Amino acid sequence: MSPRGSFVVRRLLFAVPVLAVMSVFVFLMIRLVPGDPVQTMLGFRATPENVAQVRSDLGLDRSLVSQYVDYVGGVFHGDLGQDYVSRAPVATLLAQRLPVTVELTILAMTLAVLVGVPLGVSSAARAGPLRTASEGFVVAGISIADFWLGIMLVLVFAGTWHLLPPSGFVRLTEDPLRNLRYLALPVITLAFGEAAYILRTTRGAMDEVLGTQYVLFLRAKGVSERRIVYRHALRNASPTIATVVGIQFGVLLGGAIVIETLFALPGVGRLIVTSIQQRNYTVVQGGVMVVAGLFILVTLLTDIAVGWLDPRIGEGQGS
Amino acid sequence: MSAAIATPAAARGRRLRPGFLATRKGMVGFAVLAFLVAVAVLATWIAPHPPDAIDGSRVLAGPTLAHPFGSDALGRDVLSRVIFAFRVSLAVAVGSTLLAFAIGTPLGLLAGYRGGWVDATIMRPIDMLLALPALLLAVALIAILGPGSAIALLAIAVIYTPILARVARASTLVVSSQTYVEGARARGAGPWRILTRHVLPNAVGPVIVQATILMGFALQIEAALSFLGLGAQPPTSSLGVMLADGRDVLSQAPWVEIFPGVAIAITVLAFNLFGDGLRRQLDPRGVTR
Repeated sequence: MSPRGSFVVRRLLFAVPVLAVMSVFVFLMIRLVPGDPVQTMLGFRATPENVAQVRSDLGLDRSLVSQYVDYVGGVFHGDLGQDYVSRAPVATLLAQRLPVTVELTILAMTLAVLVGVPLGVSSAARAGPLRTASEGFVVAGISIADFWLGIMLVLVFAGTWHLLPPSGFVRLTEDPLRNLRYLALPVITLAFGEAAYILRTTRGAMDEVLGTQYVLFLRAKGVSERRIVYRHALRNASPTIATVVGIQFGVLLGGAIVIETLFALPGVGRLIVTSIQQRNYTVVQGGVMVVAGLFILVTLLTDIAVGWLDPRIGEGQGS
Repeated sequence: MSAAIATPAAARGRRLRPGFLATRKGMVGFAVLAFLVAVAVLATWIAPHPPDAIDGSRVLAGPTLAHPFGSDALGRDVLSRVIFAFRVSLAVAVGSTLLAFAIGTPLGLLAGYRGGWVDATIMRPIDMLLALPALLLAVALIAILGPGSAIALLAIAVIYTPILARVARASTLVVSSQTYVEGARARGAGPWRILTRHVLPNAVGPVIVQATILMGFALQIEAALSFLGLGAQPPTSSLGVMLADGRDVLSQAPWVEIFPGVAIAITVLAFNLFGDGLRRQLDPRGVTR
């Protein structure tokens, strides 16, 4: 097999144990709840027969191992259990909610990259007003809590200027334009800190590359600065940037839990939060499983992309 | 000749002024943090009003000289409430980071020093924790254990332990290959003595730097969890609880929402600056970069 091919296979193999451990954790979640989870879930007006029924539905009356085997078997068949509040299958609920979370995080990451990378590249290795401004942006992006920024944006754009709706959602398939209007503030909120982080990473990586010997050589050769920056330096800084974008996707998925709740977006994050408040454990389990799985998938794709951007990784030990 | 004189003078100067104050950033961070910690500790004496004193005549009243941050929906003084809420938030941030530091440092130290199967046994689970979105992990833990500020503290510690263990391991790897460790081994020192007397003191610096910076971000995580109703529970008020309450009166009284958020931002920034200042002194090799 080619070095790159085997690199991809190794990465795939690392994802398997992570998913396995994740499934054990999610499986144990409901079983670790102090007291009787079924009683807590159904509330104290539930009849004993009701409790016994749900307990046997969930398989809580059987051995842990056989419960786990059943659970994983179900997950492979797309069966994540039943929602005991709405009586719907958890998988159906998640299938409705997942596109919202995916759209939100992808748009936010795209915006963050579109702002962070160009600013990071153009402010690298030079002093001046742009560097100072980008410095200020990084400081703001790191210190301001994202959801608080979101509330301030609502105050200004929805409360004072009435430019954008403060909360709510229209599906992309229903009306793409209104969908974007509803997503504008959540996306900006989620992207702000991320853009600052990507800016800092890009600038750091570019600073490093622009200080190397071969850049000095290119300069001595008379290659234009523009060509050095975009053709040589950015190319060499790109694996670092891609790695950070992948890792930060997890931060965005976590942040989406808060931002979806703040803007009343019907995504998986908000579903998890409301389900925790309702002690609706099966839905929490399904939601955590899906978000974690999504992040593991993104990490995998990032590793493959980085291996492609930086051939040295594929041909070396692939650390 | 002048160099020979200058060196001891510089060394003396360094001793007089700790390294973390050598940069302007570090100095500003330290000063702001010292102020904030003093406010948190002395809250009872500093707060201009009792945080729970309800005043029907000042419902949602704007900032005045007597109430510089305005009043909330029950007419309570927002400045006093921010001070007391900050105390809770800071306690959670400091407690969670110290807990993670106390667990993560020995784990990373052992993994880095022993290597081999010890390294693999310790680091594999840690890598798996790192392979999950941090906030999701916290939320999942709270789903199991129930909401509250003690649980939030624990959840943040679970997020931070793998990060600090990783830094401790990386730092230990650097230190373990130094000649003084080799020298100690050659003199016949036992592994426990080498670890505690030689490796730990030299490897812990970068972990302290990272922990300082994380301590600031813990405030943001605590606020997010409390905002979702998963952190501090009434009657305890943290900055996140204040932000959740302030949202209901956002259009009538934005000051209820603005000041707790500013308090979080300033604290995060101060921890960051202080951490950067510490890095100069404690992490000369740039392990935490």
